[in-house]
Parts: sequence; structure tokens; C-alpha cells
Amino acid sequence: MSTIQMISEEEVIRSPSHRKAISNMKWRYLKQNLFLGVVRLSALIIAVSLGGFLFYIFVNGIGAISWDFLTLPPRDSMTKGGIMPAILGTFYLTTGAIIIALPLGVLSAVYLSEYAKQGPVVRIIRIGVNCLAGVPSIVFGLFGLGLFVVFLQFGSCILSGALTLGFLILPTIIGASEEALKAVPQTFREASLALGVSRWQTIFRIVLPNALPGILTGSILGVGRAAGETAPIMFTAAAFFTAKLPASIFDEVMALPYHIYVLATAGTHIEQTRPIQYGTALVLIALVLGIDLIAIIIRSYMRKKKGW
Amino acid sequence: MYLSSVMSRQLKEIVIKNIFFLFALVSIFILGLIIVFLFREGVPIFKVVSVKDFIFGNEWYPTYDPPDFGIWPLIVGSIIVTLFASLIAVPLGILSAIYISEIAPPLMKEILKPVIELLAGLPSVVLGFFGMVVIAPFLQETFDLPTGLNIVNVSILLAIMAVPTISSISEDALYSVPREFKEASYALGATKFETIVKVIVPAALSGISTAVMLGMARAIGETMVVLMVAGGAAAIPESIFDSVRPMPASIAAEMGEAPFRSDHYHALFAIGVVLFFMTLFFNLIADYISTKFKEVGTATL
Repeated sequence: MSTIQMISEEEVIRSPSHRKAISNMKWRYLKQNLFLGVVRLSALIIAVSLGGFLFYIFVNGIGAISWDFLTLPPRDSMTKGGIMPAILGTFYLTTGAIIIALPLGVLSAVYLSEYAKQGPVVRIIRIGVNCLAGVPSIVFGLFGLGLFVVFLQFGSCILSGALTLGFLILPTIIGASEEALKAVPQTFREASLALGVSRWQTIFRIVLPNALPGILTGSILGVGRAAGETAPIMFTAAAFFTAKLPASIFDEVMALPYHIYVLATAGTHIEQTRPIQYGTALVLIALVLGIDLIAIIIRSYMRKKKGW
Repeated sequence: MYLSSVMSRQLKEIVIKNIFFLFALVSIFILGLIIVFLFREGVPIFKVVSVKDFIFGNEWYPTYDPPDFGIWPLIVGSIIVTLFASLIAVPLGILSAIYISEIAPPLMKEILKPVIELLAGLPSVVLGFFGMVVIAPFLQETFDLPTGLNIVNVSILLAIMAVPTISSISEDALYSVPREFKEASYALGATKFETIVKVIVPAALSGISTAVMLGMARAIGETMVVLMVAGGAAAIPESIFDSVRPMPASIAAEMGEAPFRSDHYHALFAIGVVLFFMTLFFNLIADYISTKFKEVGTATL
């Protein structure tokens, strides 16, 4: 029979195995603290780069902003004057893009969310949407040039640019719409179907209206994307300078992103037009991030408000 | 009467369903159109130069007489800036995702998520502009270089563009790791660090890999940044302070001056074909990883 050996608490603390456990523990927590430090640092780097970038553009651009800058066309071979035609051009292109992408995207999302069953066809459609989302913007530019400008002979104009941008933001719209449709509770559909309402009427009367705010906020993000893109409109719509404002959708336009690019890289007045470049960059950033911010705020407000 | 109304109602149902189906095919249709029109305008160059010489040729002098259409330096340029950008963006993206998903207090979360979303929305032309007027002079002075428009500059900016993609998709993956995994790990006495590194990250690895792939695809296809700050030298670089001319930059810079349907014009479309398939490849891998190695939920355990 073995005897139970009593040891005091002090002996435990002084024992080698206990000491080892303690030092091991310290090491483990040291590692943890190091890791937490690195992780926090990385988040800080991201926040600071965005903040620093925005601050820099704001400080350097705000001086150029005036009522005249926003409402007058450029003059003296673009070294003076305002950027109104570029603002207007971006507005036309973006509006056109959303008019094209919104119906296509929503209808596409309705199928994927309301009708589709898991299977190879749906799988291929999803891969298609993902791949379309990954197509580089310059390839969209080439595509727009090949199809709209050359093949369909629209020329470089608002219509070509808007179609190209519309196709570019289509995956964004589909994704946002699908998410919004999925967020509508299943019980809504069941209640409607139980009353004898047909499937498509349920979709049009119940599901879509309830998903609409979500679809719209998602689409606002698409608008922001379209407004900031340069490469897709370089060969399809954007002009260096237009003497007149566009009269129809078959006219070339100036656009904010392209305006920045041209002023910053081409021509003989690069240094001289720096203030205009900063000013235009500030206007574009304010426009795009303003649009994004509105969408983000509405979305978080809706998430909190919604009971279901 | 009743029967026929039921029939017509069902017929209507089917017709409407198929209309929606047609709209669902629109993405595939556009993808097909992109391929068709890239090939239509790009393939004629291969009457002038063989596919092998086009892709692996070391000389890109499209306006010389006789011209050289070798895009190897452009491909190398694209790959190098993408890799260097990933060196910055992958750790930054994943660590920030870990912070947001596992560590950040709710308030920081509320701030950081929109910050990352706004970062994703920054117009690339403005980032390129920033690279030209701020980063380039800084690099030039600090390292005493002939030009600040080089690989380092591009990589920093491309990293900024890829971080939001990597971070937000990784965060989704981390967030969807079942709670039980964490709890089991804590119950065994693991520290938070050990739980994150040995349990949560491995469980989310497929999602994180997808995120990295999509982030790289974004970087390789980005145009305005490489157009404005890569420097534009169509040669294989020897140092990280050399200029390069990635594929998108070549297309964007030269299309304006290439005569319509000239060899140069066709060559630029052919670069577009190469670029398209490279990004398609990245996207398909990302898709494959995310479906093949779907995170195991509790239900399957």
C-alpha cells in the first residue's frame, strides 16, 4: 500500500516542473502580445494610409475649388478655368451605366435567388458572374472599343462608354441584389404563396419591394465604381477636350478621371496645371467616396432598423 | 374552364421563369462577347508573328521599322509588380482581417469596416496621381534615383488596391468559422494567439486563399496605377528601383496612337487576350479553392 505524500503549497511553487510551467506560460503570453501588437499595427497602417491620402488630396486640392471651378469650362488650352464639362460627362456616363446595369443585374439576381436550384447550370452562371467581376478594367476598355466603337459603329461616345461601364458594374449589381433578395425572410414568400398568389406575383409584389432598399444601396456602390473608372472609357467615350457640351448620346465627353490622367501625364503644362489636377482629384474623390459613404450609412441604418 | 385557367397560369409561370433565366445568362453572354471581340481584333497579329515569339519575344518595339512584337518584358513586368504588391498586401490584408474578425472591440470594427470599403472605392487614377506627385519624388530623393516611377512605387499602390479585397474576403472566411471551434480551443487552455493561429486560421484557410487569389487578380489587372507610376520601360528589370511596363500600361498608353487595325493595334488586343486569360486563371483557381475546400461546419463533424 502506498502512502500519500503530503506536500506544502510552497514546495509546489518551488518545484522545477511548476517553474517550467510558469515560464512556459509567460512565453506563450509574450508571443500572444507580440502577435496582437502586429495585428493592431496592420489595422492602423490601413487606417492611416487612407486618412493620410485623403488629407493630402484635401489640403492640396481645396485651394483650387471655387464656384467657377465647378461651373465653368476649361480655357487657355486647359491651363485655366473650370471642370464643369468633365463633371457633366462623368454624370452622363455613370447614369447611363446604371440604367443599363440595374435592370439586367436585378433580373439576373432574381433568377439566382428565387428560382435557381443547385446544379451545373447555376454553378456555371455563378462562375460566369465571378469571372466577369474579375475581368480587368482595361480589357473592358478593349472590349468596348472592339464591340461598340468599331463593330456597332457607335464611335467614341457616351453610349459606348456607358454600355462598357454598365457591363463592368453588372457583377456588383448582381451581388448586391442577390444579397438583398436573400435577406427577405422566407416566411414572407410562404405567406404569399399560401394565399394562392402565384410565384411571379409573389416575387413582384412581395419579394422585390422588400428587397428594393437593399438593391438600391448596393447599386449606389456600383455607381461609385463606375464614376471612378478611367481605363474602360479611355477608348470608348472620353475626350481630352470638347469645345461644346455633348448634345446627344453619340457625342464624346470629358470625364473627371480621364481629365486627371490627361492633365497629369500629357501635354506641356503638367507643372503649371498642378492646382487644377489636385482640385479635380479632390472633386472626384469627394464624389466617389461621398457616394460610397451614403450607401454604407444607409445600409448600416437599415440593418439596425429592420426587425426581420 | 377551371382546368384551362390552371394550365395557363402554369404556362405563364414557366414562361416568366425562363425569361428570368435568360437574364441570368447575361453575365456568361457578356463574358463570351468579351472573348469573341478580343480575339476578333487580336488574332490578326499572329499572321505577322508566331504565338511563341509574341509571348516569349524579348523585344517590344511596335513602332520601329521593322517592328518587334515580343511581350515577354511586359508579362514579366506584370508578374513582378503583382508579386511585390502581394508581399505587402497579403500580410496586411490577412492580419487586418484577423483584427476585425477576432480582436477588435465593436467600435473599432464599426470604424474599420467602412474604412476598408472606402479604400476599395478609391479611384485608381487618383492613387496613380498620388504616386506621381508624392511617392515618386520621395523615392527619388531618399534613394537618389534617376526616377521615382518604378517597381517599388507601383507595388505600394497596387498593395493599397489589393488590401481591401484580401481583407474583406478573409474576414468573411474567419467570421464563418464555427464558434464551437474557438470554444473547444479555449477550453483546452489555449491562449487567444494559439487559438487564432492553430484553429481559426487553418479552418478559414480556403477562404483566405481565395481572398489572396482575388487580390492578386485585382493587382495584375489594374491599369491606371501601372500606367502612371510604373515608368514605362519595356525591359526585364534588374532591380526593384527599375521602371517596368506591365501589360495594362502598354495597352492603355499605346492604343491612342496605334493606327486603326494596324499590326500594333492588333498586338495590343492580343495583349488584352493574354491579360484576360491570366486573370481568368486566377479567378477560376479562386473559385475552385472556395468550392472544393468549403469550410467544414459543425453539421459535418
